[in-house]
Amino acid sequence: MSQFTQAGPPARAGLPGGPLLTAKRRPGEAVIQGLLIASALLSVAITFGIIVALVEPVIHFFGQVPLGDFFSWTDQGSKDLRPAVLPLLLGTFMVTVIALALAIPLGVGAAMYLSEYATRRTRAWLKPTVELLAGVPSVVYGFFAVFFLTPTVLNGWLGLDVSFTNSLAAGILVGVMIIPTIASLSEDALSAVPQALRQGSLAMGANRMQTSLRVVLPAAISGVAAAVVLGMSRAVGETMIVALAGGSAKNTSPDVGEGHQTMTAFIAQTAQGENPVGTASYNMLFAVALLLFLVTLIINAISIVIVRRYRQVY
Amino acid sequence: MTIHSPTSTTDEILDVTDRTEAVNNGDASDLARTAPRGPVMETRDLNVFYGDFHAVHDVNLSFGRHEITALIGPSGCGKSTVLRSLNRMNDLVAGAKVQGSVTYHGEDIYGPKVDPITVRQHIGMVFQKPNPFPKSIYDNIAYGPRVTGMKVTDMDAVVEDALRGAALWDEVKDKLKSPAYGLSGGQQQRLCIARTIATRPDVILMDEPCSALDPIATARIEDLMSELKTEFTIIIVTHNMQQASRVSDRTAFFTARPDETTGNRTGLLVEFNRTQDIFEAPADPRTEAYITGRFG
Repeated sequence: MSQFTQAGPPARAGLPGGPLLTAKRRPGEAVIQGLLIASALLSVAITFGIIVALVEPVIHFFGQVPLGDFFSWTDQGSKDLRPAVLPLLLGTFMVTVIALALAIPLGVGAAMYLSEYATRRTRAWLKPTVELLAGVPSVVYGFFAVFFLTPTVLNGWLGLDVSFTNSLAAGILVGVMIIPTIASLSEDALSAVPQALRQGSLAMGANRMQTSLRVVLPAAISGVAAAVVLGMSRAVGETMIVALAGGSAKNTSPDVGEGHQTMTAFIAQTAQGENPVGTASYNMLFAVALLLFLVTLIINAISIVIVRRYRQVY
Repeated sequence: MTIHSPTSTTDEILDVTDRTEAVNNGDASDLARTAPRGPVMETRDLNVFYGDFHAVHDVNLSFGRHEITALIGPSGCGKSTVLRSLNRMNDLVAGAKVQGSVTYHGEDIYGPKVDPITVRQHIGMVFQKPNPFPKSIYDNIAYGPRVTGMKVTDMDAVVEDALRGAALWDEVKDKLKSPAYGLSGGQQQRLCIARTIATRPDVILMDEPCSALDPIATARIEDLMSELKTEFTIIIVTHNMQQASRVSDRTAFFTARPDETTGNRTGLLVEFNRTQDIFEAPADPRTEAYITGRFG
């Protein structure tokens, strides 16, 4: 007797005579899906939580301090509170510009070398080495700026007249810090450009530089721009280097040889536990933090627009 | 579509014994393109290696001016390798090595003083899969003249000429500034042909240019090839024997021979003759077996 001779549909779990195709319950699926949704939503929830936590003290702050005193170049009002934020914005702006001026050419250049020129063997050791720079703690960069770059290189070798803490040294080191970010992500974008495009260009009698600059880089521009924006966000948010090497005084002078306190350095240097909850100086920390948050948000939004406009789909 | 007979000029040079047959083929346009003598390109004992792998063995070919030469044969027979060695695209493959000679108007393109970039300006290439640049249609065409430093007074005219030459102008003239990726596969391949002819090469290499296209687009490209040969010398690799018999003047049949010790397959040239002869009276039994569909 064989079990295969049975006529009609095969026996199934479930009630006899019930439908054959009823969905099987898979409780595991639901659990996994729930966990995945939860982890995706968690980062959104944390971001919103931060915004809420920031906004509440900021509302109090603007109840205590007029908006004009905050968005001002000079500190007004009482002696304890120095509410002017524009010098901090200037400091952040200067450090970021110096950092990008250094990191964009070096980072994108390194990426282009790695992707278009380096042999496979060179790339195999050079790319991880560049990425290693990203692992250096920023406090080390800050130390390096204060005790080597400023006294030995800027004052000594280059003979520049810069202060002990100055925006130039801070900006250069922030730039060095973000080079691996820009180089590594740009290299990923350049390497992802199909080989067929390079061959097409070379087959027309273009040389390697023309192929790299006119075909490969434009094709990868959205990825390269994303790398630059990420580097820029890191530069704006970098704290340790600027706190050590960029000075702790508000400065409205555009001289990069002087120290400029940045928004992040202000927060780090002010939040030393000496600001009782609810006071204006306590609330001001949150106001600066919210501004910092908005600046990075705006940078990201602008970059999305730019990338969409110049993107070349392949 | 008919099989195009070789022109009288190239016959004289490549196939002197056949002179009688070629006499009546000449017409005015034939005379116009008879100026330079000798084959445009020749390979002599061409061997290509990829590292230790011997890809093709002792290939001797000569490509006549204003002719279409088809390289056919089964997969792995080295026909694409031969094609890529004709404009030094093999230079881009790590470990590739070329022995023997490839001459262009008598000059060895692998000579010590030769710049591969200049070689490619004379000998252009169209690839298997359409590979337009992620730029506008206009900029795709203008790219070649721009990077090769051609003296161009009117780029618009260059673009129009190239697109007309590739039978694409009427379809794209109203959207020159729109991205090339919006075109269909067949249009993209004609754009790639237009892009190549915009740099005014002498020879155009085509590596299975229709294998990614549908039959209608294929037919358009084949028509185009027949028109282009009045101005250019074309060498095409194709898997499609009907295509070779339709468009080419001469056909080279390759096959692969496995090495007895390593098992590596080395490509070699079996037979090179006028297309009509290859398909109607093949001299080698291997050619006959292939074209009649008994192997490959």
